[in-house]
Amino acid sequence: MSLLDLLTSLLFDHTIRTVALGTATLGIVSGVLGSFAVLRKQSLLGDALSHAALPGVAIAYMLTGSKSPAVLMLGAGAAGVLAILLLINITRQTRLKEDSVLGIVLSVFFGFGLLLLTFLQRNPDARQAGLNTFLFGQAATLLTRDVITMAIFGGLALLFVVVFWKEFKLLSFDREFGASLGLPMPRIDMLLTTLLVVAVVIGLQAVGVVLMSAMLVAPGAAARQWTNHLGRMTLLSALFGALAGVAGALLSSLGTGLSTGPVIVLCISVIVLFSLVMAPNRGLLWNYLRQWRNRRRLRTEAVLENIYLMSSQHDDPSHPHAITALEAVSGAGNVRRSLEELQRRGLAVPYDGNKWALTAEGVRAAQTRLQPAQKDEK
Amino acid sequence: MDETKLAVQVADLTVAYQEKPVLWDVDLDVPQGVLMAIVGPNGAGKTTMLKAILGLLTPAAGHVSIFGKPYQQQRSLVGYVPQRGSVDWDFPTSVLDVVMMGNYGKLGWVRRPGAADRRAAQSALEKVGMADYADRQISQLSGGQQQRTFLARALMQDAQVYFMDEPFQGVDATTERAIVDLLKELRAQGKTVLAVHHDLQTVPEYFDWVMLLNVRRIASGPVKEVFTDENLRAAYGGRVGFLNKRQDP
Repeated sequence: MSLLDLLTSLLFDHTIRTVALGTATLGIVSGVLGSFAVLRKQSLLGDALSHAALPGVAIAYMLTGSKSPAVLMLGAGAAGVLAILLLINITRQTRLKEDSVLGIVLSVFFGFGLLLLTFLQRNPDARQAGLNTFLFGQAATLLTRDVITMAIFGGLALLFVVVFWKEFKLLSFDREFGASLGLPMPRIDMLLTTLLVVAVVIGLQAVGVVLMSAMLVAPGAAARQWTNHLGRMTLLSALFGALAGVAGALLSSLGTGLSTGPVIVLCISVIVLFSLVMAPNRGLLWNYLRQWRNRRRLRTEAVLENIYLMSSQHDDPSHPHAITALEAVSGAGNVRRSLEELQRRGLAVPYDGNKWALTAEGVRAAQTRLQPAQKDEK
Repeated sequence: MDETKLAVQVADLTVAYQEKPVLWDVDLDVPQGVLMAIVGPNGAGKTTMLKAILGLLTPAAGHVSIFGKPYQQQRSLVGYVPQRGSVDWDFPTSVLDVVMMGNYGKLGWVRRPGAADRRAAQSALEKVGMADYADRQISQLSGGQQQRTFLARALMQDAQVYFMDEPFQGVDATTERAIVDLLKELRAQGKTVLAVHHDLQTVPEYFDWVMLLNVRRIASGPVKEVFTDENLRAAYGGRVGFLNKRQDP
């Protein structure tokens, strides 16, 4: 299938369009809320909340016998909120550190959820319930009404982010200062965390509890690389999330039998990897280039100084010297390349291939570089 | 001493971390218009006292009033400069944006800072010598510039009483001068400042009142009266090398 075919199916194939719309919605919502989680260094929180949703899904099914996504999402949401309350209270009442509490809540809820799933599967009646899909997600099962439900909840969550924008920004940057202003920071925190649960719930059907945390952390982490502005970072994060969602939906619709959830997560991982390496200023590649340029500049300047010092032992300041002599003084490093760089700048000229001397301008450049140092020595 | 109003009144303030008292039965009266240094050895509870006064942690006991009324009713009169190490300076935001946070309490819900807030933030930055840095990403600031950004944010609060946690900690000479000038200007406007301070040498130069703290209040009052060898020894134990060098007036 060519790219054009893929795009055509995105526009005209009802099933693929529905799935792509659903995964794009989930990408946008988790991208926006995940940005805050990344900035607050709460990556593990999303992980805990998504794993905590599993028993909620199972219990909602056991209570109602319905596997309608709305009912199951409600169960997942309730379990998420319960997990938050437990997190807050255990952290407050005990001396355990927050990350330990997160780990405990995550594993207890997830373990309990798995137990319930195995129990339900023994029951032949419920075998078709398909609750297993909540582990790794199954975007192909998304129906139009599911996508509408996702869009409504997601839209509401985004509306809250817009309305409480400055409060969320303050919470993420300097919570104590916010408290000193008299703002109810614990309640603002609770609200933001609840919205994170909404994002998790929206993603459960398509991506599943295990991989959902990637959708919360990855778009924000990638977006942070490209901008130093919170608003732009959040928008970019939403864009990355949506992009990964749509790309994942399309790739898994190719008939390869690949689950949508993992493919979406792989797509966002590619975006993260690209951003980590390529982003200007913060990217690894640019860091490396900067370091390399600095090192070359320092090396070139050292060679310039060395030629000058060597030739100042002669009467003629532009007395040529062999490269081998310069290498002995300048130590390791590519002396020839430094000399060629100096030649480009008009500071040095070669004589008979292997000897080099400074031009008049090169002598001046070396003198101005060495002057303060020589003054200090006196 | 004249009959000035009390800007800050702290009574019986006690804070305990897991049953261990870090601040014990502290009383403190601060008249309006003074610059007060809060000094004491490490672990004396200086930052804890500031946070307890500001309601950032719950004291085991105690009462705080600002200009005669309970602190909770007077929050809008109080400005706060936290330790600059308390936040992540890699946060994606600009200097001007951080300064405008000083006004978030007064803006109320939903409303966004507007052009007037922007102008106020710009003039607060001018007062700390940071006018040219408004659009700078905060991760590019030096330690001293970070400190001045926090001070500008507190100025934005337009408060009557300022609480500052180690404003002079690890700053460059330019910043130190800027802070000293700012403190004098605040005093000239009748504002009150309480600042946690580490450098005993500069206490008489920068401040006119001082509180010596070591879990309990050792002494508080005008620098000339209470900044004595005896009180310093009581606060620091025998560990003040500075005392031996100091010339008694």
